[in-house]
Amino acid sequence: MRLPGWLNTILDWLHAVIKWRFFYTAVFLGCAFPAADLGWRIYQTVYQGHQEALGVNPVEAILKETGETALAMMLLSMTVTPLRRLFGWNRLQIVRRMLGIWSFFYALCHFTTYVVFDQLGDINAILDDVLNRKFIFVGMLAFSILCVLAVTSFNAAIRMLGRNWGKLHKLVYVAAVAGVVHFIWGQKADYEEPIKWAVWLAVLLGIRLYFWNRKRQKTSAIPKLRTVP
Amino acid sequence: MILKTKQSSDIPFSEVTPEHVYHSRREFMKAAAVGAIGAGAGGVLSAMPELEAAQGLKSTRNPKFIATDQLNTFEEITTYNNFYEFGTDKGDPARNAHTLKTTPWKVKVDGMVNKPGDYGIEDLINFNALEERVYRHRCVERWSVVIPWIGVSLSDVLKKVDPQPSAKFVEFTTLQRPSEMPGQRTGVLEWPYVEGLRMDEAMHPLTMMVVGLYGKVLPNQNGAPLRVHIPWKYGFKSGKSIVRIRFTDKMPATTWAIQAPSEYGFYANVNPSVPHPRWSQARERRLPNFLANTPTLLFNGYGDQVASLYAGMDLAKYY
Repeated sequence: MRLPGWLNTILDWLHAVIKWRFFYTAVFLGCAFPAADLGWRIYQTVYQGHQEALGVNPVEAILKETGETALAMMLLSMTVTPLRRLFGWNRLQIVRRMLGIWSFFYALCHFTTYVVFDQLGDINAILDDVLNRKFIFVGMLAFSILCVLAVTSFNAAIRMLGRNWGKLHKLVYVAAVAGVVHFIWGQKADYEEPIKWAVWLAVLLGIRLYFWNRKRQKTSAIPKLRTVP
Repeated sequence: MILKTKQSSDIPFSEVTPEHVYHSRREFMKAAAVGAIGAGAGGVLSAMPELEAAQGLKSTRNPKFIATDQLNTFEEITTYNNFYEFGTDKGDPARNAHTLKTTPWKVKVDGMVNKPGDYGIEDLINFNALEERVYRHRCVERWSVVIPWIGVSLSDVLKKVDPQPSAKFVEFTTLQRPSEMPGQRTGVLEWPYVEGLRMDEAMHPLTMMVVGLYGKVLPNQNGAPLRVHIPWKYGFKSGKSIVRIRFTDKMPATTWAIQAPSEYGFYANVNPSVPHPRWSQARERRLPNFLANTPTLLFNGYGDQVASLYAGMDLAKYY
């Protein structure tokens, strides 16, 4: 397939970034930045009394930021494989696990904020929420899956699970759908914010479906959109 | 950060907020405002010119209606608002509401009323009889604030236009002017925003028609120039920037009840034992606290005054 010149230029530039020797470090710093920034603003709010750092309702702000960042990192980790298949950017693989772990980290912060500041650690109140409110249930489902994926993300676990590892980690699709639905059900009336995550997820699922269909038709090699120099 | 709150469901209103607490806050606000003007730049206050320009309002504190809870600051009350006409983010109203022109302002009074017509604000409100009252404001989203409102009992306003005995409900309509209200250029809610009360709720002495807060004319983001406040109901019942008051014998279709009937009802009385479908209402976060550790009280703690309005009613059914 022929792509327009300007698009090729962008793709070449992206590929150069991926091949950069500090790419892994840069992605790590990029993933750590939202946490560092949020941590600094919590410090400013609690210890320096700067209310504008997080606003009048700090916990609402923390929940929103940690939740969205967890979703972003999860969808980024899921974008690695499609990009490799479409453009042959195999080096992207080195950041996939890291993105997944960061997604788990932000989801853990989101969950902990809810447990401590919303529910005051009250197990009965949390159970009541999970069992009676589908909005909380799907969020908890996504977080539970991320927990399982995080504890099976180490080399030893990957070796031990063998071929089952891949099957188990397909659950990330369930977690992503549950995460996006959790975001949508959490809105009062304005669906503008969750819609971009829903579109991104739909594209990923679409690509997945496309390759799955190709494979089923037993077409020999999957043609790449373009060859990488 | 952690505020003390009373546990009992009937907070007495005879107790007055310690004067020095209120005045020290007032002095602080004055100092902050003067500082911001003096420096001529910087600071949150100078980012909101209408606040600096806001005129003072003379009022008398009504000791019968002073909640003993600690007040929120002027800045907290005026920078964290749900007013979807100016955007859905809590900071949007403070950012966008300066475009709203509140003069001239007319209120159309119609329906089952003996003196219908277009009224100016001065025709409806006796500015020589303004009262200051401190009310708790509980949002359906589980946060609450404490506000020193300025206004009059809504009943004083309604009596001026003489509702007919057949009127069972009163409906409040918010201004619809997309050119000055950017949120109305989106379809996030059905515009204009409509709220309503049963007549006995509207005539209750606690129900207030508000024209100011913290000794000043009501800032635009808080519903200028004219809004109601019903302290025992969730915040969305308190219509803002009112342009129409209609009397009717049928229960009005109100905006949030149209938007999501399973989540928001007509009554919307604060009730810790009737959960929202997506969250419990048992506790609330008294802003700017981190912990949602303030127990929510039935009728927001105003039960001794309003519970009789709902005697024999199933509050879980009529939520």
